[in-house]
Amino acid sequence: MSGESTYNPGNGFSRWLDARLPVMRLVHDSFVDYPTPKNLNYWWTFGGVLSLCLGIQILTGIILAMHYIPQTELAFGSVEHIMRDVNYGWLIRYVHANGASMFFIAVYVHMFRGLYYGSYKAPREVLWILGVLIYLLMMATAFFGYVLPWGQMSFWGATVITNLFGAVPLVGESVRTWLWGGFAVGDPTLNRFFSLHYLFPFLIAGVVVLHVWALHVTGQNNPAGVEVKDPKKDTVPFTPYATVKDGFAMSMFLILFAYFVFFNPNGLGEPDNYIVANPLKTPAHIVPEWYLLPFYAILRAVPDKLGGVILMFSAIAVLFVLPWLDTSKVRSARFRPLYRQFFWIHVAACIGLGWCGAQTPDTIIIHSASGGGFDVTDLARILSGYYFLHFLVIFPLLGLKEKTRALPDSIADSVLGKSASASAKA
Amino acid sequence: MADIHAEEPTRRDFLYVASGAFAAVGAACAVWPLIDQMNPDASVLALASIEVDISAVPVGQEITVKWRGKPVFIRHRSEAEIAAAEAVDVSTLRDPQTDDVRLKNNPEGKLAKEWLVLIGICTHLGCIPLAYKGEYDGYFCPCHGSVYDTSGRIRKGPAPTNLEVPPYNFVSDTKVQIG
Amino acid sequence: MSKIGTSKMRSFLVLPVIAAAALGAVALSYSPAKASSEGPEMEKIEWSFNGPFGTYDRNQLRRGYKVYKEVCATCHSMHFVHFRNLAEKGGPEFTEGQVKTLAAEVTVQDGPDASGEMFERPGEARDVFPSPYANEEAAAAVLGAPPPDLSVIAKAREGGPDYIHALLTSYTDAPADVTLPAGGHYNPVFTAGSGIIAMPAPLSDGQVEYEDGTPNTVDQMSRDVSAFLMWTAEPKLEQRKTLGFQVMLYLVALAGLLYFVKRKVWADVH
Repeated sequence: MSGESTYNPGNGFSRWLDARLPVMRLVHDSFVDYPTPKNLNYWWTFGGVLSLCLGIQILTGIILAMHYIPQTELAFGSVEHIMRDVNYGWLIRYVHANGASMFFIAVYVHMFRGLYYGSYKAPREVLWILGVLIYLLMMATAFFGYVLPWGQMSFWGATVITNLFGAVPLVGESVRTWLWGGFAVGDPTLNRFFSLHYLFPFLIAGVVVLHVWALHVTGQNNPAGVEVKDPKKDTVPFTPYATVKDGFAMSMFLILFAYFVFFNPNGLGEPDNYIVANPLKTPAHIVPEWYLLPFYAILRAVPDKLGGVILMFSAIAVLFVLPWLDTSKVRSARFRPLYRQFFWIHVAACIGLGWCGAQTPDTIIIHSASGGGFDVTDLARILSGYYFLHFLVIFPLLGLKEKTRALPDSIADSVLGKSASASAKA
Repeated sequence: MADIHAEEPTRRDFLYVASGAFAAVGAACAVWPLIDQMNPDASVLALASIEVDISAVPVGQEITVKWRGKPVFIRHRSEAEIAAAEAVDVSTLRDPQTDDVRLKNNPEGKLAKEWLVLIGICTHLGCIPLAYKGEYDGYFCPCHGSVYDTSGRIRKGPAPTNLEVPPYNFVSDTKVQIG
Repeated sequence: MSKIGTSKMRSFLVLPVIAAAALGAVALSYSPAKASSEGPEMEKIEWSFNGPFGTYDRNQLRRGYKVYKEVCATCHSMHFVHFRNLAEKGGPEFTEGQVKTLAAEVTVQDGPDASGEMFERPGEARDVFPSPYANEEAAAAVLGAPPPDLSVIAKAREGGPDYIHALLTSYTDAPADVTLPAGGHYNPVFTAGSGIIAMPAPLSDGQVEYEDGTPNTVDQMSRDVSAFLMWTAEPKLEQRKTLGFQVMLYLVALAGLLYFVKRKVWADVH
């Protein structure tokens, strides 16, 4: 909420700095006195968790870059050098690799939170769009990063994804050759992917700044979906309330993180990536990292190469226009009983698409009497269909047809109302 | 709503201070690996010690070997060179050191005066001095004219200290281990 | 229509739900596509290094190294393992002297010397395990397929050490409906080649002498070399698990502290 700044410099130095570069004022207004709705639940802590993840990835990434060699003959060996010889290299590498997965776990929770509570709706459209942009940059960063260890999956994943650009009519071949810097994925490709992998996280950081700025202009959404009416009754200062809550959430998140890093560091990865890249031998199953599986499933659902590419990119593109697809006047799914059910179906569909992405397309799920049967591709097509149906059809229709529940008058009422009814029941 | 009692602030403050300190300790422990990773790694430390066969170095000649990325001179000194090194009045030296302290014992326990082992980097600004050059037939650094004697001690020119003696020992009569 | 419940109660389940979903997704996404679904069941061995407190058995690693050296190293290289690794903590922990002796048993090419010639010298602790072939082409020429480097093989195969042990102990005669090509051997565990593998059965009973008296059956040698290969792939396993335990303890304590801080701070709002 942009209101009057409440910063009051306490000492001479603070006054001097405030007159020249009001950073302390900015920090104070954004993260100390910033009015935060008092009814936020733990789903709202993932913004802070994501910032922690970005910081961890950048820190460990820069350190890894001190030891990594971006040449095809030396890359795999340099990663093994990090794992074996560099002091704590194994720890930094496992934190970075598992950190990418943790980053995506957090971003999916964060996005689904937005979908459930209507955080993408007016006046937060730009906030949402910036978020989708961050998501896109994250996927590109992860893609570049996965190529760097130069394992079989690194090489063949890079080959498959860059080949997609070849599907574009007229310019596709030139674009693909331009991306490769040669006639196939090779040294020029690896070197430039290393450079871009180093660059993109800082682009992400920049967009995150815009994202938080946009957030602070409109203020947070909240579980009731009702805007702040009286800051004194509806909000609490960010510090210490949100700070300690985010801190607690981060420590819980780190427990899950530590489980993977220390006790199951390769559980989310592919064994094939411990085989040095061989341009003359394709692995039996080429799979991207788990967080890209749903889009991989959508890509393979379409029998036509260009069609698959278009549908896959459309699946992300549709997210950009979400604020205008949803016609409901009510934000939070808490008060939208019908939407809430479709939301969970959508979650299941996305998980299902992820599962499909990991299978070979012709794996039979339900055998039919005549041999063959309902296979993974069939399921992927149904789930992809639902994905687009959900956004393009259900979103607009629900807003018009749904009978929503009565909204509370204010955030304060929604908080007090619960405790009042709880004590009434007790 | 809740009143703030007199004892509450101290209990609450203790919890905040304890948590803050606990978190800070954790952060400090987490920072250490990030700093230690820049220290020499295992593959570099493995090259920290080398063994050199000196049996083929004739009297009056020297060889240069690479140790920890730096040149090391191993000189087989003649009687004349040894005598010249011992004859110097140590109090006149810029960096006073007797010849003896710059040498090591051979495997039999006697001082191996004929073997001089030095790091071949001029103590002025790091160039590599030339052997058997300069007034004392020790070393001469072409960059700025430092002159060292047959014990590697600085005699003339801008270098502040004598050529450094690396840690070494005689594994046998024909093998010296450096580092 | 059921109410969601109070925000506090519900959103507490956030992390456990996500953790369950993450681990569930891992299980879901990966099990059906695994090779083991097409091949025979692999014996799940109770390795000493399994579990959050697992450690390597030093004697097993030493026996495994002997099997690798005397049998596997004839064809398989190990580019990322150095002799000095054998003396490091968390591994076979040979002494420095033993490592020097083991290294000196092999000759290593070095040079060029002062006259520009390459020369041979006995191995040292800092040298890499010797490669049996000059290059991959020479290696492939012997059996038709290049023997893979074994440095990280235990992480490069689904099932890890269980897979390696199963592979080494599952050589049998080909069933009636399978015709072996020239140079092929039948091994049902080798699903990558549909049961036909270029490597002949490398182990036979009594092949490698064990100094500690352990019976040198094919099964025992397979277990030992599989454990050794797990160590070459993950030499920092013991440090990782030890540090992991300490980190977990710390994080649980920190989470507990921060939880109470959060409750205290929010006390007057609830």
